[in-house]
Amino acid sequence: MTGRSFQADFARAVREPDRPLPGGLTDSRRFAVYRNTHAVTLAEALAQGFPVVAALVGAEFFSALAGAYRMAHPPRSPLLRLYGRAFPDFIAGFPPAAALPYLADVARLEWALLDSAEAADARALPPASLAALPPDRLYAARLVLAPAVRLLSSAHPVLSIWRAHQPGGAAPGPRPGPAPGAERILITRPAFDPTPAALSNASFAALRMLASGATVGEAARHGDLTEVFTLLLDGGAITGIS
Amino acid sequence: MVLPPRPGVGFKPQHYAGLTGDPGPVEWVEVHAENYMGDGGRALAQLASLQDRFALSVHGVGLSIGGEGRLDADHLSRVKRVCERFGPASFSEHLAWSTHEGVFFNDLLPLPYREDTLARTAAHVQEVQEALARPILIENPSVYVTLPASEMDEIDFLTELAARTGCGLLLDVNNVLVSATNRQTDPLDYIDRFPHALVGEIHLGGHAVDADERGAPLLIDDHAHPVAPQVWALLDRTLALAGPRPVLIEWDNDLPDWPALRAEATRAGAALDRVR
Repeated sequence: MTGRSFQADFARAVREPDRPLPGGLTDSRRFAVYRNTHAVTLAEALAQGFPVVAALVGAEFFSALAGAYRMAHPPRSPLLRLYGRAFPDFIAGFPPAAALPYLADVARLEWALLDSAEAADARALPPASLAALPPDRLYAARLVLAPAVRLLSSAHPVLSIWRAHQPGGAAPGPRPGPAPGAERILITRPAFDPTPAALSNASFAALRMLASGATVGEAARHGDLTEVFTLLLDGGAITGIS
Repeated sequence: MVLPPRPGVGFKPQHYAGLTGDPGPVEWVEVHAENYMGDGGRALAQLASLQDRFALSVHGVGLSIGGEGRLDADHLSRVKRVCERFGPASFSEHLAWSTHEGVFFNDLLPLPYREDTLARTAAHVQEVQEALARPILIENPSVYVTLPASEMDEIDFLTELAARTGCGLLLDVNNVLVSATNRQTDPLDYIDRFPHALVGEIHLGGHAVDADERGAPLLIDDHAHPVAPQVWALLDRTLALAGPRPVLIEWDNDLPDWPALRAEATRAGAALDRVR
């Protein structure tokens, strides 16, 4: 024993299975219960949060990926829902995943969906109150978007990949070769289920301006707002105007 | 407001429709505090609506009350927010640690029982009770190893912890069987010696059966199985000694359908009826 505390030795032996057992313990099968619980429950939490990533790479690869992530990014909060926050960037820098260049962006989409699900509730503005605005007032207005709204842009068709893995979707096998093509995505949360939708490049550019505080008139100069307003209103995503 | 001395279940969103449609004898639900710390969303709305019909217990799994380090002030304030939002009849935590130097282990890890760990744990319990402005319950752990560094008996440790802090105890009867088997001690003796007057709640859950290197039985508290026959027998003994108490069925993994979970609650209700 060194001068380290009981808990420090125990914690290290749980995290690093090739360490000797701590504090005079001798039965490695008993201690393995702690090691397994730590590794397996954290990997399961990731697989639950990132089911499409898990499906794309298969169980064996995912287990190795989750293990590498656990060592590089141990959870720093008792809130397990935050554990996957750094997972997309970790995948982007994980050499064995380089053959799947879209994987990190699929993870970004799944993280955005998780994050949206627990964002604050907000009451949507009734569509009629927007329709009632005179055109000049509407053009001068800035939109307040719901806290659950998320915008994503990817050089890969990540929403198409994600959709193919939803129940009833045509998942093209564990490793699809997706057609090249960028996708721009808006997530809204009507009621409680985060719902992603794809937008054209021009609509996405206008939406991005609205989301960063531009007026409707300014955003309209960057693209047709019809698609944007339809998606935002359907998703209950406009909570106010200023 | 206290939990009724009747059956409760650990609530899972998958059981929302079953529980609200046909609760059977279930009069209260327990949730993990950490699952209700988001800013909004379905979980919070579901729990708010369950509160119209069921008493509520909030069970923390992340405060690391038995740990060497200071309590995580941010996490304690999140627990406080959950309790203020829902006003539960009970808040409970574990005689265990789950965080070391900022790393969260997602497990309830054992501490040696000694005077210094008792003083430290008592200070943590007091800090939580002051923050929440209420007494809390502390649960006996399931353990897989006997720590050579321990100098005190677990029941003496818990009894003294309650005496110093005014906290109550949550007696997990499955943990009693799991720990006694793993320590090669007598679970009935543990039930008999437990300070029954301090028991504010009882937990029942399932465990898995394995073996250690020498082939000795190794029980693993996985909350993924029906309550074992020996645990039902220990419950009867506990209720005979302690009288009716709130009894919770915990089933967290490999979830059964609602009727199967309700059947476990019904069996707990029958055990409670026998000691009325």
